[in-house]
Amino acid sequence: MSSVAREWREVPGRYNLKGTKCANCGTIYFPRRDFCPKCRRAGIGKIEEYDICRTGEVYTYSIVYDAPAMCDMIKPYAVVMVRTDDGVMIAGQLVDVDLEKVAIGMRVRAVMRKLSTDGESGIIRYGYKFVPAE
Amino acid sequence: MDVGIVSYGGYVPRYRIKPEEIGRIWGVDGKSMGKGLMIYQKSVPSPDEDVVTIATEAARYMMDRVPDVDPKDIGAIYVGSESHPYAVKPTATIVAEAIEATPAMTAADMEFACKAGTAGIQACMGLVGAGMVKYGVAIGADTSQGAPGDALEYSASAGGAAYLIGSEKVIAKINKTLSFTTDTPDFWRREGQPYPKHGGRFTGEPAYFKHITSAAKMMFEAMGTTAADYKYAVFHQPNGKFPTRVAKQLGFSDEQIQYGLLTPNIGNTYSGAVPLGLANVLDHAEPGDRIFVTSYGSGAGSDAFDITVTDEMANYRRDNAPTLEKVMADPIYVDYGIYAKFKGKILMPE
Amino acid sequence: MRDVAIIGAGVTKFGELWDKSFRALGIEAGIKAMSDANLSGNEIDGIFIGNMSAGQFIKQKHIDALIADYTGMATNHIPATRVEAGGASGGVAFRQAVMAVASGMHDVVMVGGAEKMTDMDDVSINSVLDATADAEWEAGMGVTFAGLHAMIANRMIHDGIATREEIASFSVNSHFHGALNPNAQFRKAITLDTVLKSGPTATPLGMFDCAPISDGAAGLVLCPLEDAKKYTDSYVKVSAVAQASDTLALFQRPDITTYQATVEAAKRAYEQAGITAQDIDVAEVHDTYTVTGIMALQDLGFYKRGEAGKAVLNEECHFDSGKIAINTSGGLKARGHPIGATGVAQIVEIVEQLRGSADKRQVENAKYGLAQNTGGTGSAVTVSILEAM
Repeated sequence: MSSVAREWREVPGRYNLKGTKCANCGTIYFPRRDFCPKCRRAGIGKIEEYDICRTGEVYTYSIVYDAPAMCDMIKPYAVVMVRTDDGVMIAGQLVDVDLEKVAIGMRVRAVMRKLSTDGESGIIRYGYKFVPAE
Repeated sequence: MDVGIVSYGGYVPRYRIKPEEIGRIWGVDGKSMGKGLMIYQKSVPSPDEDVVTIATEAARYMMDRVPDVDPKDIGAIYVGSESHPYAVKPTATIVAEAIEATPAMTAADMEFACKAGTAGIQACMGLVGAGMVKYGVAIGADTSQGAPGDALEYSASAGGAAYLIGSEKVIAKINKTLSFTTDTPDFWRREGQPYPKHGGRFTGEPAYFKHITSAAKMMFEAMGTTAADYKYAVFHQPNGKFPTRVAKQLGFSDEQIQYGLLTPNIGNTYSGAVPLGLANVLDHAEPGDRIFVTSYGSGAGSDAFDITVTDEMANYRRDNAPTLEKVMADPIYVDYGIYAKFKGKILMPE
Repeated sequence: MRDVAIIGAGVTKFGELWDKSFRALGIEAGIKAMSDANLSGNEIDGIFIGNMSAGQFIKQKHIDALIADYTGMATNHIPATRVEAGGASGGVAFRQAVMAVASGMHDVVMVGGAEKMTDMDDVSINSVLDATADAEWEAGMGVTFAGLHAMIANRMIHDGIATREEIASFSVNSHFHGALNPNAQFRKAITLDTVLKSGPTATPLGMFDCAPISDGAAGLVLCPLEDAKKYTDSYVKVSAVAQASDTLALFQRPDITTYQATVEAAKRAYEQAGITAQDIDVAEVHDTYTVTGIMALQDLGFYKRGEAGKAVLNEECHFDSGKIAINTSGGLKARGHPIGATGVAQIVEIVEQLRGSADKRQVENAKYGLAQNTGGTGSAVTVSILEAM
């Protein structure tokens, strides 16, 4: 059985793209960082909550055929790095898309989907994936 | 106090299957079957979609349209479904977290076959009307199951809609709601069973038609109205045929039910059916339009609503989220093999 | 700090070694290295082992003790240390050993690298590899290790840094050399077409762009340079051993078409050795995927950005091309990639080249050799430079 607490504590990031921002240097972090690697000591106490923008564009992509167990039912599937409209890079899946049409520069938005399930009786992990946007 | 709809949002998965494709597998003339049911295609959830993700998408669209509403002012969230992903562990808490309404709120999952969504609207109306909460969210969503080869397999689909119920900036005032409820076992699913069972033609006259017409007539009587007083009507739609017939019995024309009838295009979304039909009507409605709504849930009961679209609709940011027509456009068609895989009908190794 | 020499080197055959256990492989490589250095074993006063995931692959942790025990070193109770840095485990273990000797804390040190992967099923193996990237925000989101590298490749193609054919040609170069290495997992030359038409793993990469799943082990013996002659006439000098790190997740880098950790480690290594990239005669680079091989050639300064792919496609990286010979062992792709063993096996190949014992793939008059070992998507990189004596 996978750890329930491990998933639960990441819910703000997984569901709602909650990140952080260093008020000292202005860098936005996703996943959240509570210690700014750029400012180090100077950033302590200056880390603020930050809502990452849910829309962006594909920076790069791949169609994955050799899938992990969690993606067995949807393979082949697209993985992407998305640069959100506030300039933050996020890696994830791009679903509900014609795989032939996936391209660098494509507009996408984050939605909530099932990421994996811990067998038939275990916990269901939910989190962000991307879908094509206008 | 005017209680009513402050915002709404609807979502339907992008995949579709046609009845002729289902019929091809089971040796049935699927095309005639679809014609008889008035279902020309049905939505299919992706393997990574369930009632939680559908309800969340609908609820996020709902919130997108009211950027001034603080989700922390939502005091209650009810998700009505007969296909909650967990038997024990609420869908509603996950949706609440996903729209950042937690933690000062109440939440629960509801089940009443296909009318759990409208039951949620009634519960929210009560809480708002009593001043217990500022806003309540009611969602009807399903990823319903039809047994392979069963008639239900041609109709059972996926989708859902979310409603923000409140008393400020109401875009559609709910003038009245009432229900007609009896113990009628026309359709059921026992605990632990993967597929529901139904009473065949028993689901018609004594069940669907009796409950809807009874609730509707009670509403006409209470409001002193007839079908002609409403611009639009939405009825529960297990297929296209039943709501068309019941509308006629109650004196409604095809034009009046046109926007509220989505089943021919997406199948029966169960708890999502009436909420989605109403959402599509609201996508087209203008101030002053009066809407008649009657849901039906097997087991059995009907909730009727008399609704009037207000002037607030002019200020409402309807364009902040896609219309249902847009959500339903550009589907991806799947064959039965993909459908069977998506729906978990293939026995997989450990 | 003392100068350090490599006085012994040994490697097992790499491949799907169904009849060999983890400990059997470890012993074999250790004995080969010890025999090569003409040691009885009593001279050794320290062991460093590179190993990534024995805890998952064979459910055995504490492999420092296991190796010390089964190589007979536990009878002398000498210290044994296991090092893990993803795919760079071997390279980092080597660096730890060099530092131990250079500092004077140890005199004769054994470096081992070993991995037994085939005792686990393929899907589970991939999930272990995926965890060398960010387990929460890459692997946990369904972004596989191959997927990450494929996204690098697509961006490189998009930015005009390399074409699909150029990237694929790295595999052809590796297989060309693998055919000449008796210890390689794949001893068959292939054509570009084979790579381009291989089944997709993560587009644009196919099966022949990816290093295989392998079992194997490699060993080295180090001592102070001034003592080397006491043991053997055939030794090489460690001129530099540098290491650098970067973000765990690939998506948090400003540019994913270069590994900054390679650039930095190389810069430090050239400084330590007092040479430049153009002085290198032969190099082993970390081609877990063809695309990382191309990146390495650019990040190490062998070729300018945009030119490495052309060079590989033009067969300029062959052992007999007269230019910098690349992956004469067959690289990770053809020699095989038993993860913890890889970084050490790269050094073994450079040792063979510099002392002239590389047989059919011998680079003529090789003076300087370099090994680049990578963990994750360039999150940890070692660059080592050896010099012929």
